[in-house]
Amino acid sequence: MSTATATYDEHHEHGPDKGLIRWITTTNHKDIGTLYLVFALIMFFIGGAMAMVIRAELFQPGMQLVDPQFFNSMTTVHALVMIFGAVMPAFTGLANWLIPMMIGAPDMALPRMNNLSFWILPFAFTLLLSTFFMDGGGPAGGWTLYPPLALQMGDGFPFMIFAIHLAGISSIMGSINVIVTILNMRAPGMTLMKMPLFVWTWLITAYLLIATMPVLAGAVTMLLTDKFAGTSFFNAAGGGDPVMYQHIFWFFGHPEVYILILPAFGIISAIVPTFARKPLFGYSSMVYATASIAFLSFIVWAHHMFTVGMPVVGELFFMYATMMIAVPTGVKVFNWVSTMWKGAMTFETPMLFAIGFIMMFTIGGFSGLMLAIAPADFQYHDTYFVVAHFHYVLVTGAIYSIMAATYYWLPKWTGNMYDERLGKIHFWLSTISVNVLFFPQHFLGLAGMPRRIPDYSVQFADWNMVSSIGGFVFGASQLLFLWMVIKAIRGGEKASDQVWEGANGLEWTLPSPPPYHSFTEAPAIK
Amino acid sequence: MTHTANDYYVPHGSHWPIVAAIAMFMTVIGAALWFNGELNGRMVLFIGLGLIAFMMFGWFGTVIHENLQGMYNDQVDRSFRQGMMWFIFSEVMFFAAFFGALFYARVLSVPWLLGMDSGFTTHDVLWQGFNEAWPTNGPGDVGGEFEPMEAWGIPALNTLLLLSSGVTITLSHWALKVGDRGRCVLWLAATVLLGMTFLGFQAYEYIHAYTGMDLTLASGIYGSTFFMLTGFHGMHVTIGTVMLIVITLRAAKGHFTADNHFAFEGVAWYWHFVDVVWLGLFIFVYVL
Repeated sequence: MSTATATYDEHHEHGPDKGLIRWITTTNHKDIGTLYLVFALIMFFIGGAMAMVIRAELFQPGMQLVDPQFFNSMTTVHALVMIFGAVMPAFTGLANWLIPMMIGAPDMALPRMNNLSFWILPFAFTLLLSTFFMDGGGPAGGWTLYPPLALQMGDGFPFMIFAIHLAGISSIMGSINVIVTILNMRAPGMTLMKMPLFVWTWLITAYLLIATMPVLAGAVTMLLTDKFAGTSFFNAAGGGDPVMYQHIFWFFGHPEVYILILPAFGIISAIVPTFARKPLFGYSSMVYATASIAFLSFIVWAHHMFTVGMPVVGELFFMYATMMIAVPTGVKVFNWVSTMWKGAMTFETPMLFAIGFIMMFTIGGFSGLMLAIAPADFQYHDTYFVVAHFHYVLVTGAIYSIMAATYYWLPKWTGNMYDERLGKIHFWLSTISVNVLFFPQHFLGLAGMPRRIPDYSVQFADWNMVSSIGGFVFGASQLLFLWMVIKAIRGGEKASDQVWEGANGLEWTLPSPPPYHSFTEAPAIK
Repeated sequence: MTHTANDYYVPHGSHWPIVAAIAMFMTVIGAALWFNGELNGRMVLFIGLGLIAFMMFGWFGTVIHENLQGMYNDQVDRSFRQGMMWFIFSEVMFFAAFFGALFYARVLSVPWLLGMDSGFTTHDVLWQGFNEAWPTNGPGDVGGEFEPMEAWGIPALNTLLLLSSGVTITLSHWALKVGDRGRCVLWLAATVLLGMTFLGFQAYEYIHAYTGMDLTLASGIYGSTFFMLTGFHGMHVTIGTVMLIVITLRAAKGHFTADNHFAFEGVAWYWHFVDVVWLGLFIFVYVL
């Protein structure tokens, strides 16, 4: 046995390298997962700082702190950083950490490419953020980069476009790795319909990413050539159409919003059964619902463009197709609630965040249904109602699921329990403040306050001040989260292997923290 | 714990990915500077591209070395295959964006500019005199008068060339599968030759378009879609040809066996993909 081990220790029985080199050259799924998560956390605070600037400027009517151009670049880059820099890398980090452990694999399928997927990101965001220091400043035309406005950007324009290209290459490679890992690396006996839902939702998310990120790359490439090479894709004088950009962009953009939420569904489907101490209600319907949402996400993109000018038949098609998404999403919410029904529930921090997710994501889902009604959307379009809607699904949806996942798996990753009291304070502070922050924005939007404008009429003053106060409290509460994570990494009460009494799944059979290589030998699957 | 040759090979740390990331970073910085009119950017761009080439030699060299040492089992081979398939799928979607732009322009935006369907006000108010159907450079006559590209000359010949190259690479694959290295290399070389001839014709066509037909990238939506679609396709043929040259040399060195030749098949799939895209181009860009 020892000789057999010795012949293989070159690549199997080793620990990590020492120091910085470990993190730069690593091919280990846990190291890379950690890198992704730390990167996402940093970007979360950078994007969050921009949100604080936005809320400070909107604290009162009139121009307060920053000039309008800078305000516009704050809203634009806040979105780009949060979507491509915080939420997506956080989910990829979770996928890296968890998928090999959940399916009984030794590592990700393509470990070297895994490293490259991560290390492109810091360079991509260096490019994006460097545009602030160039002539003309950062991108200020909105994260959707609609021409002709986006084309008016200064010297930073090509840097921003290439930042998007690089981030896209990173996600495509990351997704290829996830799909191949799931399809090729499962332990014997781990059939597709036995996989944890987090693995299922990521499989479908990765498919969406591979299908749509190249389309975004195409769209921004056309922007680049329209600006620098004289092409006329989005120029009506040359026979093109600026609206064409919107169609191509949202063909990417709509599946993208499901990329930002499907892994969250997987996380919630893992946490709720653990703390309800009951198996997930309707496992297979969850899988089919996820697949249906993914399919529908490809045929609803123009609901972002109801007011841009479209034949009536188009408006109707996209309206009905959009509303259909409520059906599989409703199945999911129903299943989570049914899982909790008559369960032996306890409310540790991950469960609190999961329940918070279910309630507030549902609010965001309902406001989405309101927006899906084409005739009504003419009133809501480009108002704070839209802002309130997508922050309910992204902050109290996607971000809450990432918080829940962190609390849930942190003891597994670090071997130490987090501070439960601190976690509960973080949850309640966040949940109260996030509603003070975003709920009034529904009223503002319905009353007609436009988004992406640094100033507003005085009748919007009260709710804006309330919203800003909620924003500052929410921002400050996240420092608690940072402190909690650092504290758990540095030490604390030791966690058991299973960590949670009701936790099921292969990752909980490994020690806490797990060994450097997860399953060098395939585990037995029940 | 006992190990067998069936273990999934997980490499220990590699420095190639960080080289790749830095190379890509330099490449795009160089290109961006160049776009902004800083000619020094070209230097950065070329250093970046050189680094990418260096990285590929190193990275792929390592993988080839490991494969020849027998470190990869069937499962690793499957990972490579599936990875390549999904990569090609992402490429399909990249082209889909440009085909989408072409269809949108031809079916919707140009007819609307002509006043059809819901575009009558645009036509009446903004572009009253416009009456040019496809191929067009738009109501603003962007890029000036031009002559559209004819399908039944060089493009038809290029279609034949690429289709036959699909046949030759299959013949090569068949030869490889029965272990006939000589014929395998021969048919591969023929495929490379066909690819290069295609590229030569394409270059000639481009030069002729620019010098003889006033058809440029700036010739409105027709020029934009024509050159971006055929240009990205040509870039992929170039990459494919380089890949073919590499596997020709590797086949000649005896790297491939009848049952272990992922690189060969990966390149062949890629080549067929490039082939299929060309068929789409030939029909929608040239013929129709």
